[in-house]
Parts: sequence; C-alpha cells; structure tokens
Amino acid sequence: MTDYALDADTAGAARLVSFGLHPKLLPARDAEYGELLRRYREEPAFARLADAVATGLGLVVLEVSARAGMAVAAAEDSVFAVRMGDYARRATADSADRFLHGLAHLAVAAMAFPRPADLADDGYIGRISVNGVDAFVRQACRRLEERAQEQGENTDPASDSPGLEASWRVYARRSATGATKDARRLAGSTTGIIAKAVAFLADSGFLQRTGDDSGGTYRTTARYQLQVRDTAGSAAMAELLELGIVPVSDGSASLLPPDGTDGLELAADAGLPFHESGGA
Amino acid sequence: MRFRLLSVRPPNVSVVTEHAPAIIPTPAPGPAADEGLARRLRALACTAPLHDLDVRKANLAGEYGRYAMAEVALAAIDLITLNMDFDTGADHDQVVARLMPRIAAQGPQRSAAEHERVARWVLENLINVGSVDRGFRAVYGTFTPDGAYVRRDYDFKLVEEVHGPGGVVCLRTTDEAVNVLVGALDTDVTSAQIAAEVKLEVLISRGRLADAQLAAEQARYRTVQYAETLRRTLEATRRNVRAVDWLRTVPDMITEALDHVADRYRHENAILTNIRRARDEAEEADHKRRAAELVDIVKDCIRRHTQLQSRLLEAGPLFRAEQDRQAFAPATAHAGLDLYGQLVAPLLPLAVEQAGRVTDAFFAHGAGLRTPGAVRLGDLIDLLLTPPAPREHLGAEMPEPDLIATPDDSRFSTGQLDAARELLDLPADAPRRLSGLLADARRRDAELPYLVALLAVHAASPPVGTAYRQGERRLLFGVDDGTELDDPEFGGADLIVGTAMLDAAGMAADRTEAA
Repeated sequence: MTDYALDADTAGAARLVSFGLHPKLLPARDAEYGELLRRYREEPAFARLADAVATGLGLVVLEVSARAGMAVAAAEDSVFAVRMGDYARRATADSADRFLHGLAHLAVAAMAFPRPADLADDGYIGRISVNGVDAFVRQACRRLEERAQEQGENTDPASDSPGLEASWRVYARRSATGATKDARRLAGSTTGIIAKAVAFLADSGFLQRTGDDSGGTYRTTARYQLQVRDTAGSAAMAELLELGIVPVSDGSASLLPPDGTDGLELAADAGLPFHESGGA
Repeated sequence: MRFRLLSVRPPNVSVVTEHAPAIIPTPAPGPAADEGLARRLRALACTAPLHDLDVRKANLAGEYGRYAMAEVALAAIDLITLNMDFDTGADHDQVVARLMPRIAAQGPQRSAAEHERVARWVLENLINVGSVDRGFRAVYGTFTPDGAYVRRDYDFKLVEEVHGPGGVVCLRTTDEAVNVLVGALDTDVTSAQIAAEVKLEVLISRGRLADAQLAAEQARYRTVQYAETLRRTLEATRRNVRAVDWLRTVPDMITEALDHVADRYRHENAILTNIRRARDEAEEADHKRRAAELVDIVKDCIRRHTQLQSRLLEAGPLFRAEQDRQAFAPATAHAGLDLYGQLVAPLLPLAVEQAGRVTDAFFAHGAGLRTPGAVRLGDLIDLLLTPPAPREHLGAEMPEPDLIATPDDSRFSTGQLDAARELLDLPADAPRRLSGLLADARRRDAELPYLVALLAVHAASPPVGTAYRQGERRLLFGVDDGTELDDPEFGGADLIVGTAMLDAAGMAADRTEAA
C-alpha cells in the first residue's frame, strides 16, 4: 500500500465515521455511505482503520451494518457525549429533576423493549407513546405505594433529608400534566419530561415519530436497540450492582403471572398483581 | 484618688440555676397509636388548602371578603367529581361556568368578570398552579420505634390535571379530595356503598327526602370512585397483559363488578320507582323539587352503571387481542437484558439519591451523541463583518403582459344604455307601466325596448340589501299586479316600474346599533 493510497483510505475511513455521526442518515439513501459500509465489511484493513479513527475521536463502534449504518456511541469523556447539565438546565440544581430526566430515558427504553427477548431480537421494532410511558411508570409507582401501605410503612420522607425519599414517590407526586397559558406542555410535568426525552432521542436518530396520538407516538430504530442493549443497559446495571443490588434474571420476562412455585412474590389483595423476580 | 470604674468585670463565677428537666413521659407511642395519629394528621392536612383559601383571600387585590372561598372550593370538588367519566375528567371551563351561579349569589352586585376571576382563582389554588409538583405539602411529626422524633413531608393533591381526548387537559379529583369531600376517611369502597344504599332506602320509606338526596349523592360519589378503580385496572391490562393476573384476580374482579352493577341496577330502579311515586304524591313544592332532583341523580347513577358494564364486557376481548399480539410472538434463542425487571423495578424503591446514580449512568450512555459546533475564527470574523444582504423591496421585475384586444361583442352601445337609464329615471311618486315605457323606447330606437325590458325584469327582484349596504339613495323596482302585457314583441306581465327612495342614513344607524 503506497502512502498515497493510505491517505485515501484514511480519508474514506474518517468519512465513514463522519457518516456515523449523522444518526438520521440512512445508508440506503446515500450511495457513498453504502459503498464505504461495503468496504468496511469486505476489507479488514479498512475496517481496522475506521475503528481506529472512531476510537481516536472518542467513539465506540456498536455495529456496522446495512440496517444501522455506522452505529457509534460516544465514550464517557468524549466531546460528543451529552451532559445532563446541557440537556436540562434545572437538572443541575435539583436532584429530583435530575433523577426524573434520567428515569424518563430509562422508562422509554423499558417501554420500547418490554421483554428481554425484544431487546435481543434484531428485527424487533418497539412502539411507544409519551402518555403510555407515563402511565406505565405511574402504574409501577402506584403498585409500590400500595405495597408500602399494606406493610404499614410510612413513606413520607423526613423533611431534612430529601435525598432519602423513595424514588417512586418523587415520580408519583410530580403531576402528570398541566395547563399552561400558551397551551404548550408543562415542562416540569412528567409527560413534559418524557416528551423532552423522546424528542431528544428522535433527534439522536433513535426514535422515529409516527403520530400525534397519546402525546406523540414513536417507533424505535436499530440504533436505539443497539445503544440500549450494548452500552446504556449494562452501564446502568453496573451502577446498580455497585449499590449492592443484584437483580437476578433467568432471561424470561419479569412481569408474569405466577405458575405456583417459582418463588415469585405476589402481594395479596392488590388491585393488580405485579410479580417481580429477585431484586431488593 | 478615686478610681473610676471603667468597665464592669464579669464575675468569675456565675451561678445559674437550671430547671430540672421535666420528666417527659416516654411517648411510648406504639406504632399503631402513632400510625392512627399520622393518618388523622394527613386527613386534617387535606382540608388545609380549603381553609387557606379563606385566609389568603384578604391578600388579593380587591374586595373579595364577601366570597366564601372554602364553600366555592368544595362546590368545585363536587362538580369535578360528578363530571369525571371513565376516560376523561371534567372540563376546566365547564367547571368555572357551573361555579358562577354560586359565586354570583355570594356577591350579586359585583361584575361577572370578578365572579369568573374568583372561580378561576379557587380552581387554580386547588390545583396549586404555582408549585412545580402542582400539589400540596404538609409537615407532621412521628416517633420512630426507638423514640426519636422525625418530621415528615406529606404530599398530596386535591385536583389534578390529566390528559383528555384530543390532547386537552382535564381535571380529576384525587382520592384524597373525594375522601375529604365525602367525609368518610379510611373506608372500604364497597361497604360504604352498601351503607349508603341502605340508608337511602330507609330514608325514602320514611319520607325524609332531604336526607335521601344527601345519601343518593354520596352513593354516586362512591360509584364514581369504584369506576375509577376499575378504569385504572383496565388501563393497566391494555398496557401490559403480563402485569395482570388473568387466571384468577381479574376475572374475579370482573365478575364481582358485574354482580355489583346488576345489583345496583336493580336497587336503583326500585329507588327510582319509589321516588317517582314520592314526587308525584308530594304536596309540598319543596318536597316535589327535591324528589325531582333525586330522580335525576339516580338516573345519572344508572347511566354510570351502564357505562361501567359495557367497559367490563369489553375487557375480555381486549385481553385476548393483547395476548395474541404479545404472547404468541416467536421467542428468540438468546436472552437479553430485562429492562423493567432488572432496572426499573429494583430502582424505584431506592432512595432518590441512589437511584439517581443509576439513571445518570443510563442517561450518559443512552441519550446518544451530539456533534459540537466547531467554528474557525476566520469564518466567524468574516461572518460577523459581512454586511447584511440588502433586501429586495421591489422583488423581481414583472414581465410585460402580452395584451390581445378582445372584439367588442356587446349587444347594446353605451348610448343605448344611457337612453334606457334616462327613460327609467322615474320620479318616486309616479311609477309607470312597462307597456308605456316600451312604447316610448320604440319611438327612439328599435333595439332600445329589449334593453328596457331587460332592466325592468331585473328590477322585479331588486337587490334591496346590497343597495342599502352600498348606501344608495334610490332603487328601481318592478311589481307584477296581474295585468298582462300587450306588446308585439314581448309577452308576460305588464310590470309597474317605479323608483323607491331608500333611507340609507337611517339604515346605517340601525346597523351600528345592532352591532
């Protein structure tokens, strides 16, 4: 390989990475993108070069395929990473807001891929709506509230340590929606926070808007599945494990009716029998 | 020599007596006693926003002292509760409109605008619009089992805003509000309903209608509350089949609810028959009116039950459709991460401080990437120094239109039209027959009668409104009085053609008044 050819290859590899940085760009719509993807898959030397360029820029290559294109994610301290403070101004000052914004992203993913199999199946396309995500989290919070009541727990937090308030309670007491003077969504409400999350994900090329019903409906893209499966899910899991919580899963969905003896915990007299495996 | 005392030295030893600490009896609350206290404190807190309204009305600009805000607030909660249907809540403006009569009665001499302001103020305060949670918080204290005193926050809402159909925001009353309103704290929905029912029947049989109405209204609140519980369950079913036990719990619940509906339906029809009789037999006008109101309430109860029943019947097919969609999808060979079971579910019971670390990690890795803008200083300077492009006010040059002269194919000339107008320029007090006009026209020009006839026929249906609007002072009209036209060229009615004077100024004045 001459120096000149190497230069051209490097330019091509960098070009491919730059295509990956346009998350909404589809390989099928751009001939040059498609050609570079083909080279990546057929020429190991070119693939190594593209990977090196990505790594140097602080990017992690998730997958390179015709369906997802050059799917890259930002490494933790990369210039491309999104910081919570830039994402939502209030979140820096208020830990409850910070948590709600984070939870919104997690809940969107959980709603988009409700079963473990959905996350693993490359062909699966999840569908969510803003109000649906809110209702789903509220339902889970209500279940916890009911359980706390059954056990006679006093869940009202101590006034001087708001950080010890149970997470579900923070969500439950935030209003779901609210009328505003200019007929926009109330930004501080839970649907406002979820709407912000899905709009941001749509801008990242992770969701595609399909309609306006139920506060806005969206479907997932291959990139979102990769991002949740390969980086976000495991990062959150690692953090949870660090807190000493080890959720065990046998790979089946966790929300199932009991078959009698599998150790699933069923709370008596609840309006809705939620069954959870493992956990704290 | 005298020493002046410059400063007073503090005593080297000071003796301070201290009150012996009073022997505080250990609260020895026992979880049960304290829990009961906490529950009552919470119930008490729910009424605080209502009292607060009357306290704070003094701070409002203007004289609002005459309005009983707590009463308006309770009325508002009533209205919202009664207008809550299955899917929607109460409409904001409708609640305000229905509150107006009560507020107007409290301050009859004040303007309607003020009444509306009061209604909106009360409603906004019930929602607590100013706070980010749109809710209320009360602080109360309890003893922990080891005797330490802990202050706790109790957060609650009275009226909450929910999604209605078509993206509108609707109002619903919370359980707390319904409990405050009905005054039955900590009671079981079903048993309270049965109690209310029995009470109603007894009251009616004794003819005590005033109490009967109260009981019927309470029964209706209970019905609404029951429906609300069912609505939530069905909603959860639609969302996630696996979250619901369709083997036992839900079928049992549906059966129970259907029994309940059937039972209530029978009861209420019996009550309806009784009250109708009471209404028809009642002598006193007040009794008659109360009975009539009661009939309406019970009818509304029956309507709600019918609605509930239809929802219950839909539940089964809905489950089967969802099951087809979800359960029979082909399973994949390898398992993935269970986002709900392994992340969301273990996360929610954690303290928000800890849970925040997990959600932060998810956000940092799951929100995607953003490409930062990179600016070259040279470009930036060029950009800043470039004068704004002058706007083209005149736009693009218009092409010269290519005009083609159209042949003049008018049947009548301008001279003929002038002649016809002159003929028809009749004095207002001397209308003429068309036959005479035609004869006159024929003398001047052979073609002219056609034009005159045309104008006369046109005048048979004069555009009076248009003439008024355009401020015209006179209008040509033609009237058919049944006389036949005797003319060699024309047939039909021999119209009477005349001129009507229009009072344009008066008409314009009328219009202004009407507007």
